Amino acid sequence: MVDRELGDRIPTFGDAKPTDDQSIGVTNLSAFKGSSEKKSAQEIAAIVAVAVIIVGGGEFLLRFLQVPQFVMPPPSAILTSLVVDFGFIAPHLGHTLVELLSGYAIGASVGLVLAAVITQFPFAEKIIAPYILMLVTTPMLALVPLLILNFGFGYTPRIIAVALASGPMVMINAATGFRRVDLAKIALARSFGASTLQIFMKIRVPMAMPMIIVGLMIGAIFGLLTAVGAEMVGGGFGLGNRLTTYSATIQMPQFFAVILILSTLGILIYVAFFLIGKKWAGWES
Amino acid sequence: MDAGVTPTGETRPKLVVDRASKYYDTKSGPLHALDNYSMSVEDGEFACVVGPSGCGKTTLLWSVAGLHSLTSGTVTLDGQPVTGPHPQIGMVFQEANLLPWRNLTKNIHLPFEIKGIPPDEAHIEKLLNRVGLVGFGNKFPRELSGGMQQRAAIVRALSFNPSVLLMDEPFGALDAFTRDEMNLLVEEIWLETRKTIVFITHNIAEAVFLSDRVFVMAARPGRLVKTFDIPFPRPRSLDIMTTREVFDLVNEIKAEIEHRPDASAAAGSGETPQQEGVMEQANG
Repeated sequence: MVDRELGDRIPTFGDAKPTDDQSIGVTNLSAFKGSSEKKSAQEIAAIVAVAVIIVGGGEFLLRFLQVPQFVMPPPSAILTSLVVDFGFIAPHLGHTLVELLSGYAIGASVGLVLAAVITQFPFAEKIIAPYILMLVTTPMLALVPLLILNFGFGYTPRIIAVALASGPMVMINAATGFRRVDLAKIALARSFGASTLQIFMKIRVPMAMPMIIVGLMIGAIFGLLTAVGAEMVGGGFGLGNRLTTYSATIQMPQFFAVILILSTLGILIYVAFFLIGKKWAGWES
Repeated sequence: MDAGVTPTGETRPKLVVDRASKYYDTKSGPLHALDNYSMSVEDGEFACVVGPSGCGKTTLLWSVAGLHSLTSGTVTLDGQPVTGPHPQIGMVFQEANLLPWRNLTKNIHLPFEIKGIPPDEAHIEKLLNRVGLVGFGNKFPRELSGGMQQRAAIVRALSFNPSVLLMDEPFGALDAFTRDEMNLLVEEIWLETRKTIVFITHNIAEAVFLSDRVFVMAARPGRLVKTFDIPFPRPRSLDIMTTREVFDLVNEIKAEIEHRPDASAAAGSGETPQQEGVMEQANG
């Protein structure tokens, strides 16, 4: 009996390159990993079949058991609502995107710069580490009522909340990346007369890139969560606001249509960073 | 090149290490890595430094390269003190040390990027041709075998045409056959270019095959114990490795290393330069 793990693998010893999910890097966070390779017709058929069974089966069960719509609308109602109400929901999606993109742009760039700077000064890093940890672990949503109190019901409190949520995530991951020092590679650049800045740009940044991309992705996802959460707390626009309104008025197909839009947004973020990771950090996996 | 001739007309050595000592600051106190080490290497000479691991070979080489400072003593190249990275020095590191995120061409262009000059494509092409790496420019290091990676590293070190080549156990990680092949290649390149080469290894046979002179080091602290002249004519073929003379010489060198009082305890730290050495340079 052949061991299932070993199977037809080419024997390798010593070079402890993790084959899959142990190494860092975006490309292996994923259920997607496989999808970068060519799928056989059989696999595609199986994937489609399972999707049809889940959606169709759900439709059938919900109708057969006569589950009321305010408990769980059938898939067909959700899709109908998505098409019919999209014109109305779209501007709210636009608002959420504005908050997400501007808050993320601020948070991510500050996070990246801070990560690059503090890792150059280990002493400073030790001093501010507890505060960073606090920023990472405190749910920024908790600050939203205070932000609304100070900045009103417009974009501002939401953008601040998104920046506060995404920045620390980007920073803590990027800092981990910048701390990966390969002495031999620094010595190599140094032997050609490289300056500190050149070593940073040509050695440290590329070495940190896989972790930077992971941080950017986690930061974007956290930003989306926080944007929607902040919209649910107050203010009359945005997808989060739609969720509270639709649930208060028991418009469940519309509610789930918004949920569907949000998960699509999350998946798009993930795919985007997966592709970026493949291009810029593919060397690591 | 007139670098080896002083104004008074007498020749002087290409590279001089004069009473070099190095201590590292470690958590358990200072570590004495190199003790009063002196050697001089002639222009165009092939010199090997052999010794047990932990004897300060790499510390010595990094000091010669100006990658970190000495606690005391000096390194002089062409009569000028070496205090930092020197444009006349090319380095080949352990395990090739190619940047995994760059393809082969970009790896070889790195020295030029850092120096801010356009790459000498004609020279690079010639070198790639010489080591048999033409057509691999788009390959990434992970797609190349260990021997090919080390060939690329040699091309990178020679690309900007330095007069001195420092090689730090370059073939230690290669299998015996590839190693023989690489040693032949290095001898050929040396015969063609007549660079001054300082080659570090713990493989005595490799040192005897390659060099004009072998400097034998002992550990704790790292110091020079004996110098051997290697008289065999060039070009050498691998066949000489089976001759009585080489056999006796290898054994003599081996005895020199083994019968030192510290040799049996010579494993451990001291060989790999500690972090703070380069970091100082890099940050300062």
